[in-house]
Amino acid sequence: MQASHTATDDAQAGFRNALVAAGLLIPTGVDGLYGRSGVFEEVVERFNDLITSWGRDDGAEVMRFPPALARHHFERSEYLKSFPQLAGTVHSFKGDERAHQTLLRRLEEGEEWTDGQMATNVVMTPAACYPIYPTVAERGPLGDDGALVDVYSYCFRHEPSLDPARMQLFRMREYVRVGTPDQVMDFRQSWLERGRALMESLGVPLAVDVANDPFFGRAGRMLAANQRDQGLKFELLIPITSEEKPTACLSFNYHQDHFGLLWDIRTPDGAVAHTACVGFGMERVALALFRHHGFDVRAWPGSVRAALWG
Amino acid sequence: MVSSDDIRDLLRDSGWLTVDASELSENDDLYAAGLTSHGSVNLMLALEERFDIEFPEQLLRRRTFESIGAIRNAVAGLLGGTAAA
Repeated sequence: MQASHTATDDAQAGFRNALVAAGLLIPTGVDGLYGRSGVFEEVVERFNDLITSWGRDDGAEVMRFPPALARHHFERSEYLKSFPQLAGTVHSFKGDERAHQTLLRRLEEGEEWTDGQMATNVVMTPAACYPIYPTVAERGPLGDDGALVDVYSYCFRHEPSLDPARMQLFRMREYVRVGTPDQVMDFRQSWLERGRALMESLGVPLAVDVANDPFFGRAGRMLAANQRDQGLKFELLIPITSEEKPTACLSFNYHQDHFGLLWDIRTPDGAVAHTACVGFGMERVALALFRHHGFDVRAWPGSVRAALWG
Repeated sequence: MVSSDDIRDLLRDSGWLTVDASELSENDDLYAAGLTSHGSVNLMLALEERFDIEFPEQLLRRRTFESIGAIRNAVAGLLGGTAAA
C-alpha cells in the first residue's frame, strides 16, 4: 500500500516537473496553483470551442460569472453540509489605521496576521453551475421546455496536491439542464453518449464509470454510498499519472430534486424541478492530451489536430 | 430492545418526512415519503444518539434506512438484541 502510494506520488511529481520544465505550467510555490503558457491556453481554448460545437444545436443560454458566488447564495447552497473541507471564503482587512499598523508589524515580524482578516460577502465558486440555480429560480416557474444553461468558470477547491491534475484553481465548463425528471434524464443520457464520442475524437484512452463526490466525514461516506447506489454520478476517466487510478475529466451528474428544492425551482405543473449537469475539467483534458500526445502540439496526430484546430 | 414505534416516533418528530410517520407501515419506502439524502444522514446520526450505537461503514447505505422495518432490524442488530414487532 505504502509502496504504491509513493509510486503514485512520484508519477504525479514527475509529470508536474516535466510540464514545468516544458514551460506549459508556471509554478508559484503553492501546490495546485499554476500559471499556464500560451500553448496550454490554446489547447484549453480549442477544447472549449469543441465543446461549444458539440452542444450548439441544443441552444443553451450562455451565462458567464466571475469565479465567485454571493455569500448568501453560497450559504443557502448547502455546500458546507457536504464539502466544508473544499470551500474557499474570501476575507479582507476591515480594520482602522491602528489595526493596519498592527497588521504591518505582525507581517514584518513573521507573526500570524491572517486571523484579523474578516469574511467578505464573496465566496470562491466551487463548481461552475452554482450561480445559475438562484438565477433560474429568480425567474419564476420554468416554461414547458425547462432551462438549459451553458456556464464556464474558474473554480476553487482547497485540496493542495502534487498531482497537476488536481489544481486548487481550475476551469470547468458545464451544460446544466433544469426541468422535469424526464427532460433531465434525457439530457444526461445524451451527454453520456456525446461526451464519450467527443473524447474519442481526441484519441485518448477512456472509460466511463459510476462515481461519487468527495463528501466530508462519516455522514459523507453515507452520502457517497447513496450517490453510487442510485447511479447519480458518472465520470469519464482518462489515465494521466496512473493507469490504475485514472483521472475524472468529464462528469455527468443527476442531482434529482436537490437544487430544485433548495432554490424552489418549479416546473409548469408546480412540481419541484430536477437538475443535471455535464462538466468538463478543462485543465484535466488539456493534461490528458499532453500526456498521451506529447508536449509538442504540432506533432499531435492529424485527427486530433483536425478535431481541435479544424 | 427497539420497536417499530420507537423509530416511528423519532421520524414523526423529525420533520424529515413529508407524510405523518404514524401512517407508515413497516415496509413503506421512506424515500418515497420524502426522506432526502441529507435527511437520511440526519436520521442516522439521530438513531446513533437515541440508541447509543454507531453504524459501521457497511451499514452506511441507503437501504439501511429505507423503511421502518429495515431501520429497526439494523438498530436491533447493533444493540445485540432482537427487534420487537
